[in-house]
Amino acid sequence: MAIDLTSLLAHEMAALLRSGSTSSRALTEAHLAVAERQNHALNAWLLIDREGALRQADAADARIAAARRDGLDGVAGLAALHPLHGIPVGLKDLISVEGGQCTAGSRILAGYRAPYDAHIVERLRAVGAVFLGKTNMDEFAMGSSNEYSAYGPVSNPWDLDTVPGGSSGGSAAAVAAHHVPLSLGTDTGGSIRQPAALCGIVGMKPTYGRVSRYGIVAFASSLDQIGPFARDARDAAALLHAVAGRDARDSTSAPVSVPDELLHLAASDDEAASWLRGKRFGLPREYFVAGMDPDVERRIREGVAFLEDAGARVEDVSLPHTDYGLATYYIVAPAEASANLARYDGVRYGLSRRLEGGDFIADYLATRGEGFGAEVKRRIMLGTYALSAGYYDAFYLKAQKVRTLIKRDFDEVFASGIDALVAPTSPSVAFRFGARTADPVAMYLSDACTLPVNMAGLPGISIPCGLSEGLPVGLQLIGPAWSELMLFRAARAFEGLTAAASWSGMPPTHLAASNDGAGPTPADRAAALATLAAAALVAPR
Amino acid sequence: MVARFTPGIVAEVAGWLGYHRPVAALTRSDVEHVAHLARLGMTPAELDRLQGQLNHILDQYAKLAELNTDAIPPTAQTIELENILRDDVVTPSLPAAAVLANAPAREGEFVLVPPILGAESR
Repeated sequence: MAIDLTSLLAHEMAALLRSGSTSSRALTEAHLAVAERQNHALNAWLLIDREGALRQADAADARIAAARRDGLDGVAGLAALHPLHGIPVGLKDLISVEGGQCTAGSRILAGYRAPYDAHIVERLRAVGAVFLGKTNMDEFAMGSSNEYSAYGPVSNPWDLDTVPGGSSGGSAAAVAAHHVPLSLGTDTGGSIRQPAALCGIVGMKPTYGRVSRYGIVAFASSLDQIGPFARDARDAAALLHAVAGRDARDSTSAPVSVPDELLHLAASDDEAASWLRGKRFGLPREYFVAGMDPDVERRIREGVAFLEDAGARVEDVSLPHTDYGLATYYIVAPAEASANLARYDGVRYGLSRRLEGGDFIADYLATRGEGFGAEVKRRIMLGTYALSAGYYDAFYLKAQKVRTLIKRDFDEVFASGIDALVAPTSPSVAFRFGARTADPVAMYLSDACTLPVNMAGLPGISIPCGLSEGLPVGLQLIGPAWSELMLFRAARAFEGLTAAASWSGMPPTHLAASNDGAGPTPADRAAALATLAAAALVAPR
Repeated sequence: MVARFTPGIVAEVAGWLGYHRPVAALTRSDVEHVAHLARLGMTPAELDRLQGQLNHILDQYAKLAELNTDAIPPTAQTIELENILRDDVVTPSLPAAAVLANAPAREGEFVLVPPILGAESR
């Protein structure tokens, strides 16, 4: 059998498991081999748990064997297994797995061992998924390029000199490079959708409250959501189905039912595309503004043409407060972060510096000063300032009021009968290492098209819609609260419409180079580019 | 603790509809003060860099003053859930050993913490 198991989609692997043509162990071995071989060049993983993954794979295989024995000819027993049973999955390294590391990309959590499983980890264990390891990320999920990880940057498998996006950069790169068919990330301002776009895969941020965050390292609690990465809409929907739903341990997780139709998106391209007939899509004009890469805009407009040709109505709409999203977000998110990150005090867990002299304030200053990286410090400073006496009304309260206006913009558009909004996910394709690290605001602008969705608590999905100069472009679909199923149907329809496109299902162009275990690491590449940039600055003088 | 700032440049700019906005730039001593409130020990070079970066970011905030939000209620969270209480039942706690294993310093079943009261008050 010459089939490359890592090139398959998760639902294709599931079919092979059920037919007995492969085993979870074979799938896991194949994925481990690629992940281990390419991690030198990509740095997508902070931990590859070979032993743990193989143990879970063997347990999954035992379950399949038992199901085959128990059911009538095995059919009924096998049908009861979740589509994720025996499938390798990557977990962003801010998701607690009992007894395992959970660094959140920070030095301050180096050596920390999670004492319990996150809710989503319990759910994935229950369906029999296999945890391949923990993926790299921007420290505490603060960043849009993965360059703010304390454990080094991640390369984009489409061009190893460019970033994969962030903050869930490792999760996105690992799925794009076929290390796993599925991974989980978190999205506070675009941290799933933007890296999905830059890596040419599917990524969804569900409605706020859809997935329990129990056991997830908190960044901004009124914005954070967990969501799936995959190489197609069906796989992403199945992963969301596995982890979504009410959990009493996260009081913001909502008692809203999770539709089983997530597991039954149309298999045929034509059937999927036919769903679009009569649907109404809105094109928010504020998302197509100066500063956007014109070629990215062309790809989005071509995507819109596909939708129209399939019988959907696409109309211009306005979200007039879009322009205020960035400022609002960069008050609300740092404010909440400054409160959430106060817990890292070196007393109960994590990095701890105890100085001579017994001054506990000095201990805090030393622990936090050493443990946090530059971007995290910036955001804690911003948040502390925005919440401080005398400035609370001018900044935090003001931002919460503008947040109301941003949410109302979306509410009004959906109330007018628009089913979903179509927008770019990112104003540009993947950028080179160092391109945006010098100016924090330039980095923040990477999320201009995604963060208003978090402010409003809505679901959004990024799907591949072509290439620009060889790098992937993501199309974002945004729906009303709890409309994930509709968004997945729309995404699946788009896949069906574009199945014949040259870029559809195309593997990343730098996969072969990623196999070089002796070549430059992402950190080496970033350093080389920084040297070049410095030389170019100096040269004209 | 009450935070007090003495912004280096405070310009009261009359905005639209008679709305006033303070455009405050953080001085170096403001940055040090916030860093202390946030319990972030930083080098002089880090503080220098942060001063410029924070002021650049604060400039972006000024855009919000264009909007009159006097009659707009704040949004703290986006889904309409309120006061979800858990059932009043006893559930097992995390095993003490697993929790204590992460403590930087401990004594028996206790996490050893630095003294927070001065010697004179003990």
